[in-house]
Amino acid sequence: MWNTIFPYLLSGISVGGQYALIAIGYTMVYGILRLINFAHGDVFMVAGIVMVYLAASGLPLYVTIPLVLVITAAIGFLIERVAYKPLRSAPRMSVMISAIGVSYTLQNLVLYITGGLNKQYPTIPWISDSVTIGSATTKLVTVITPVLTIVLVVALVLLINKTKIGMAMRAVSKDFETSQLMGIKINSVISVTFVTGSFLAAVGSVLYFTNYPTVIQTSGAMPGLKAFVAAVFGGIGSIPGAVIGAFIIGIMENIIKGLDVILFKAGVISKPLGLATFSDAFTFALLIIILVVKPTGLFGEKATDKV
Amino acid sequence: MAAKGKDGREKNRRGAVITWVIIALIYVGVFVAEQLLPPTSMLFTVLKKGATYALVAVSMNLLNGFTGIFSLGQAGFMLIGAYVFAIFTIPVEVRGSVYQYFDGGLVQFTLPVPVAMVLSGLAAAFFAFLIGLPVLRLKSDYLAIATLGFAEIIRAIFQWNQLGPVTNGSNMLRLFPKFNDFNITDAQGNVIVYLSTLVPFLITGLCIGLIVLLLHSGYGRALRAIRDDEIAAEAMGINLAHHKQLAFCISSFFAGVGGAMLAMYQTTVQAKSFTTAMTYEILLIVVIGGIGSVTGSVLSSFLFVACSEWWLRFLDEQQVIGDFQVPLLRNGFRLVVFSIIIMVVVLFFRRGIMGTRELPDLFRPRRKEAALK
Repeated sequence: MWNTIFPYLLSGISVGGQYALIAIGYTMVYGILRLINFAHGDVFMVAGIVMVYLAASGLPLYVTIPLVLVITAAIGFLIERVAYKPLRSAPRMSVMISAIGVSYTLQNLVLYITGGLNKQYPTIPWISDSVTIGSATTKLVTVITPVLTIVLVVALVLLINKTKIGMAMRAVSKDFETSQLMGIKINSVISVTFVTGSFLAAVGSVLYFTNYPTVIQTSGAMPGLKAFVAAVFGGIGSIPGAVIGAFIIGIMENIIKGLDVILFKAGVISKPLGLATFSDAFTFALLIIILVVKPTGLFGEKATDKV
Repeated sequence: MAAKGKDGREKNRRGAVITWVIIALIYVGVFVAEQLLPPTSMLFTVLKKGATYALVAVSMNLLNGFTGIFSLGQAGFMLIGAYVFAIFTIPVEVRGSVYQYFDGGLVQFTLPVPVAMVLSGLAAAFFAFLIGLPVLRLKSDYLAIATLGFAEIIRAIFQWNQLGPVTNGSNMLRLFPKFNDFNITDAQGNVIVYLSTLVPFLITGLCIGLIVLLLHSGYGRALRAIRDDEIAAEAMGINLAHHKQLAFCISSFFAGVGGAMLAMYQTTVQAKSFTTAMTYEILLIVVIGGIGSVTGSVLSSFLFVACSEWWLRFLDEQQVIGDFQVPLLRNGFRLVVFSIIIMVVVLFFRRGIMGTRELPDLFRPRRKEAALK
């Protein structure tokens, strides 16, 4: 029984870590701008495409990986400046529509550049090596992801709690206008948020595409949405919440992918039911349930709307 | 417009008359063009798809523009509509070949097309009612993401193999009536009267007419009040939950009918094509047309479809002028140009083509002119 579940659990933890890295970007931006950055999943996908093209240019890996992180962070910065900054005083719906527009634009741009073909993600040595843990054989990246995720999250939490810019971020997310009056340069705080979020998404993309090694213009959409669900599940605005939510969703999703096999081996069902179809749908069902039962998520603060 | 005197009302009536004349001319134009031009002309593809998208865009506008509910579930409701339509209209004798993996399927009867269309709308509305109960309590962006998630759930359910006898699993549904079947033919199969474009226009016209009537009724005013200020609207005695639920169901009804039309346009239905990208596309159409304008949504649907299917097609092919090969033009460039146009509209022309104005408003004399008289 355990031997059947374990491989799914393992890949669930791995995917969960990758979702967590994306979810942080959502939750930080939402905390500050109250905006669902629909383009964040596509930033993640663009990071994958950038890596494909950099690797094809023949640069060594110790150059390409840092370069991918820097370029992705720059893209995040640019998106904020071009598409969200002009709408700072506009209604929230306009900003959200702008985010959807950016997502559409990024996907079409990548479609144009790649010609709509699947691109093979370069193999990164060492982390693509196979390891055997207990009953499961997997890539080393599966083991590294959760560790790296936790290290990065701890670093981020330290950044937010101990540094001056972190204090500014917390202030802006508490009260946009007052922090402006207190002399916080809102625009640079928002830029730092986007740069950090995109940077983490780029790290996530390196790990994710090592496991699922093809990139196409739509490969960011689903992980993006799931990471957002994770952020909501954990309580949007809360970084530990987003990480825990992402791990829960990653694990649940993979268990459902293997549910047919698990139930079959346990003797509950006699023929496969095709339950794997619901691995994506389950995430959204979870979202609707959590929104109805506890809209603030696991660790979210209760926000009161003033009339 | 507060000081609109008797004269103003008269002019407004003139606007209404001109509007009716324009609409009538469009229908006559479509009918005549269809009889004269070859049926393979790109124009008819654009008109058919445009009419379908116009209905869906207006139904989305009813929620996003008039009620202020930011819903992103449109693709899901279209999927329900398309499937219900297809399931009940595939002729019994070809069901065996469509449902080849499921022994001809469970449903072994065929409904007439109009009945199936109403049924597809009702099915979408029913699902909207169910999902609306929990989801409509949520606020703006949470609502958006919950409806988006709902559309994804629907897509997964319709692809589930266990439901195969009804939905054909992840396989395609086909061989149901399509727009071309509306043409009147003689015994030899030669077309006497072409109606394949006029009929979708009539369906869309009827549905949009119903939506406009709703918007002009007391309900419509209540919906607009909710959009402008929920709390004030509630204080005025408008039952928020009831009205939101109503708007959600009605919008989904028409999205379902639009889905049925899309099925007829595409001639095949497959769940995997109803993605969030489709919802985004419709949302962008609504934005380009102007959030809160029925006329704008209709105009921009046709513009959007015409650009993407016809006018901007040349951007996807290599062009050589003399000896000069135009750079950048290759597959996908059209969509890039398109995205940039959309971003420009979203960022700099937030009111879209029409803002919140409607067709009759265009013929209303400006106040200055009225004052001069």
